[in-house]
Amino acid sequence: MKRKKTYSPNFIMGLVITGAMLLLVLAGFIHTPYDITKMDSTAKLAAPSLKHLMGCDNFGRDIFSRVLKGMGNTFVIAVATVTIGTVCGVIIGAFTGYFGGLLDEVLMRVNDVVFAFPSILLALVFVSIFGTGKYNVIGALGIAFIPSFARIVRGEFIKYREMDYVKSARLAGVGQLRIIFVHILPNAMPVLLSSIMIGFNNAVLAEAGMSYLGIGVQPPSASLGSMLSESQTYLFSAPWYALFPGLMIILMVLGLSLLADAGK
Amino acid sequence: MRYIGKKLAAMIITLLCISFLVYLAFDLIPGDAALAALGTDATSESLAALREQLGLDRPFLERYLEWLVHFLCGDFGTSYKYHLPVADMIVSKLPITVIMAVISFFIMVVISLPVGIYTAKHSGRRIDRFAMALNQVVMSVPHFFMGILITYLFGMLLKFFTPGGFVSYETDFWGFLSYIIFPCFAIALPKIAMSVKLLRSSCIEESKKDYVRTAYSKGNNTNKVLYRHVLRNAIIPVITLWGMTLADMLVGSIVIEQVFNIPGIGRILLTSISYRDYPVVEAVIVLIAFVVIVTNFVVDVIYQLVDPRISV
Repeated sequence: MKRKKTYSPNFIMGLVITGAMLLLVLAGFIHTPYDITKMDSTAKLAAPSLKHLMGCDNFGRDIFSRVLKGMGNTFVIAVATVTIGTVCGVIIGAFTGYFGGLLDEVLMRVNDVVFAFPSILLALVFVSIFGTGKYNVIGALGIAFIPSFARIVRGEFIKYREMDYVKSARLAGVGQLRIIFVHILPNAMPVLLSSIMIGFNNAVLAEAGMSYLGIGVQPPSASLGSMLSESQTYLFSAPWYALFPGLMIILMVLGLSLLADAGK
Repeated sequence: MRYIGKKLAAMIITLLCISFLVYLAFDLIPGDAALAALGTDATSESLAALREQLGLDRPFLERYLEWLVHFLCGDFGTSYKYHLPVADMIVSKLPITVIMAVISFFIMVVISLPVGIYTAKHSGRRIDRFAMALNQVVMSVPHFFMGILITYLFGMLLKFFTPGGFVSYETDFWGFLSYIIFPCFAIALPKIAMSVKLLRSSCIEESKKDYVRTAYSKGNNTNKVLYRHVLRNAIIPVITLWGMTLADMLVGSIVIEQVFNIPGIGRILLTSISYRDYPVVEAVIVLIAFVVIVTNFVVDVIYQLVDPRISV
């Protein structure tokens, strides 16, 4: 299995884009060229220049710094969301798929109900009950992501549970939990990994959509979605204000989807 | 028939569960209709009196059932803020959202079918590689950013439409359509990219199968094989995707409405959330969820008609 692979250009491009995005996110955590809340009234809606790489917004705040911070927020939310979705999804999927029976029947029905409920609506319910903010976004999207992971993992477990190696492990007296997590789960990894990447992309898009609607990360924190929503007022005079945050969302999603495709 | 019956039962159960959960969720929020009507400085006696009058002191299940019956009869409750029946607020807005979703769906099907087939036919050539690269990029664009790009390009630079110049379908239907077509493209474009990709790979996958070779050996030409044999099987996964996107488009228009300043269902939902106008939020969310679930059901049924091999 471990033979030398030739990588497709798509894979390499995905790797480069994702790598660059990760670097920017990391850089944003450590240092930004300007304070993201510092307003400079002389630089309102300034065009991109060497001083302000992506120009300035309507308050004279440096867009590049805000984009870096916004990407960081998006990244953290997406990672947290996907983690919740994966961990819960793997546990539910593994148990229902491996044991089957009544538990499977009941949990899959619940799954169907959550799955049928559009994730942005779930997020809206969450926000109208608990209020806006980063952690509520994570909670809402995390729950919305569980069913799809559970479904995928369950399918894999149903496929593997009757295989000979599982049967012989059972005969050898290996515990159920060990079979589930040590014997079967690693085989489900490739499928899980690509759905994690797709899930990450969906989380990025959903988070951007929510903060665009003003129900995600709240100002003065930076977020790509709320920057886009603000930029619309100045779209004609300062198109770069909309362009850069949008471009960053596209690159984040594009990089990972190229990688996910190559992984298949 | 058995399949449809079973799906129908599952749909009704899902609808009941969702309406129950949403009602429960909004019931748990502190503050109710009585508090909203009298304000926070009302005495506890007058609150209790109003609660009794409104029937808020009854057990939860009883209230839920009553709410559900009213909901099904088209009575969605009364807005806290505007003191208007929610149904009246929604009724003129719902068509906007539905029309947008239907047009976007239509655009998606009309564009992605020929493009998908064309790229599959010419797979590996330069035009295909270019189309696929473009496709990958379009797929990564969030639809609201697509909306902003369309506003800038077609609204501001080319002046095909006036950004923010929405007219209601009641006053000027053609004006409405010529405005709405741009947000519809914003919704449809990322979905077009997805379905082109799926259709292309599905066509390529199918044409490697034995029955295709047989069809060729019987003397059919490329087009005949493609349209009569390959496409019929290759389209099935694409129809599944389309079914899922129809629901996506309905929900997606909530966001797109904000980009293009369209006063549809999404606008009502968002303003009601910011005013904590819970009856409206509750009704709109359950309504959209109902529409989405019923759409999914219809898609399942159509799906089975297209491919009779699918059973329970």
